[in-house]
Amino acid sequence: MPIVLYRVDDRLVHGQVVIGWGRSNDVGFFALVDDAVAASDWERELYRMGVPPEVELFFASIADAARQMDAWRRDARNGMVLTADISTMVALAEAAPPVDRVNLGGIHHKPGRTQRLPYIYLTEEEYHILESLAARGTQVTAQDLPTSPPVPLEQLR
Amino acid sequence: MSDGARGVVVAHGALAAALVLEVERISGQTGVLTAVSNNDCGREQIDQRVAEAAKDGPTVIFVDMPCGSCFFAAMRQTRERNDVRVVTGVNLPMLLDFVHHRSLPPADGAARAADKGSDAIRQA
Repeated sequence: MPIVLYRVDDRLVHGQVVIGWGRSNDVGFFALVDDAVAASDWERELYRMGVPPEVELFFASIADAARQMDAWRRDARNGMVLTADISTMVALAEAAPPVDRVNLGGIHHKPGRTQRLPYIYLTEEEYHILESLAARGTQVTAQDLPTSPPVPLEQLR
Repeated sequence: MSDGARGVVVAHGALAAALVLEVERISGQTGVLTAVSNNDCGREQIDQRVAEAAKDGPTVIFVDMPCGSCFFAAMRQTRERNDVRVVTGVNLPMLLDFVHHRSLPPADGAARAADKGSDAIRQA
């Protein structure tokens, strides 16, 4: 089965991900790629509480995820890869290609960011990083839920 | 406001504010509960909102669902503090009971609130 979604969402595991995307795609596992979470027993245990028992949740640093990606792609179940930020997703796409599509699901306000959609705020630098990712062949769209229309990166300019 | 544990209600959208408003309307107890919404929040923002709301001593945090960003933010408060407890599945009956039993330590208040909230869920 393929990885059905590569998602950037600073909330990582939450309702939209588990219920909105997970159920509609019959997701059997989530791969949460985050160096800080992967290094914290406490955070890993916390996020496990947010996933139904029948769904597996993997934790990995960027380096570990790059090594595991082939196995996740060969997994018989549908899977979703989650990162909290753009830089982690780009690092993953470079270390373990191909990442054919990236979904921007929730990137919220921080100093320097401007609103592009109600759930997407980007700095100019972040936008250009995404542009570069798209130029290398990855389709980048914003979409909070499967029932929402995908918004092409160009419309986030 | 008298001494006792405070309550913080953390929920999606406008739910927390509506629950707090109705508890105040029904009980007449004001200033006991603080509503926190996850609207427009990433992880850092919701963590900050909950930390700010729960900063003044013993607190029971009521959360709508036992998963997701509201729940995770509430649970992170318990990591460093032993005077904070979390109850999930918030409903009006548990909050109405809580505002009249704030003298209980947070652990006992949370257990009582969870019982009262569960008792209110029935097939009628």
